[in-house]
Amino acid sequence: MNNGDRPKRMALIASKGTLDWAYPPFILASTAVALDMEVAIFFTFYGLPLLMKDLKASVSPHANPAMPMKMPFGPEGLRDFNWPVPNLISGNVPGFDSMATSLMKQTFKKKGVATIEELREISIESGARLIGCQMTMDVFGFEKEQFIDGVEIGGAATFLEYAADSDISLFI
Amino acid sequence: MTEPDLVIALDLDCRGMNCPLPILKTKKAITGLATGDVLRVVSTDPGSIADMAAFSRRTGNEIIEQSEGAGEYTFLFRKG
Repeated sequence: MNNGDRPKRMALIASKGTLDWAYPPFILASTAVALDMEVAIFFTFYGLPLLMKDLKASVSPHANPAMPMKMPFGPEGLRDFNWPVPNLISGNVPGFDSMATSLMKQTFKKKGVATIEELREISIESGARLIGCQMTMDVFGFEKEQFIDGVEIGGAATFLEYAADSDISLFI
Repeated sequence: MTEPDLVIALDLDCRGMNCPLPILKTKKAITGLATGDVLRVVSTDPGSIADMAAFSRRTGNEIIEQSEGAGEYTFLFRKG
């Protein structure tokens, strides 16, 4: 139940745009709305491309040394095996990142995890506010037309005004 | 055991889904019901036990019954 006269509020900053880091803001936003909370996400720096109509989030094992490198298919024993991929390979073999991205997507699908697009869609449908950072748009050359419908554009003050009255504020 | 006169207004199958999908689907399903209606949710996500309870407390939709067996978790929500 809601405490007091207004719903609980959550303010998120999404600052990372890789496939792995795209999940936390959209998982939390969609779930918070399901728990009758109000939500706004401020997309800034590398998080801004998560608002693109054509979402191309990928993942780079080279930049994530702790990422488990496992095969989503094959015999059980092999699937549990964590492949020791040397930096020389993960950083230099062409197509390694797209392969890792594809494997991560397959694993997620197999484990019944929603796609980023699905979670984003649910977040918007259920009323989460998605705010794109104007400054990042200027710096990296984004136009509002490249973003999905319903995105607001604003800056630090827009976020802080909302966050000032929030019960949960997270920087992701 | 389910009360004999308990009417299930809607059945929701969340088997195979992982966090946060069972919660999101449950919310969507319960939104379409009338106050007092009973929703039955079946999931296979062990995280559902804690998450459904949290969902229930935050949204005021009471879990009137829950059970588990054979890797499946069943929750009966009464819409608040």
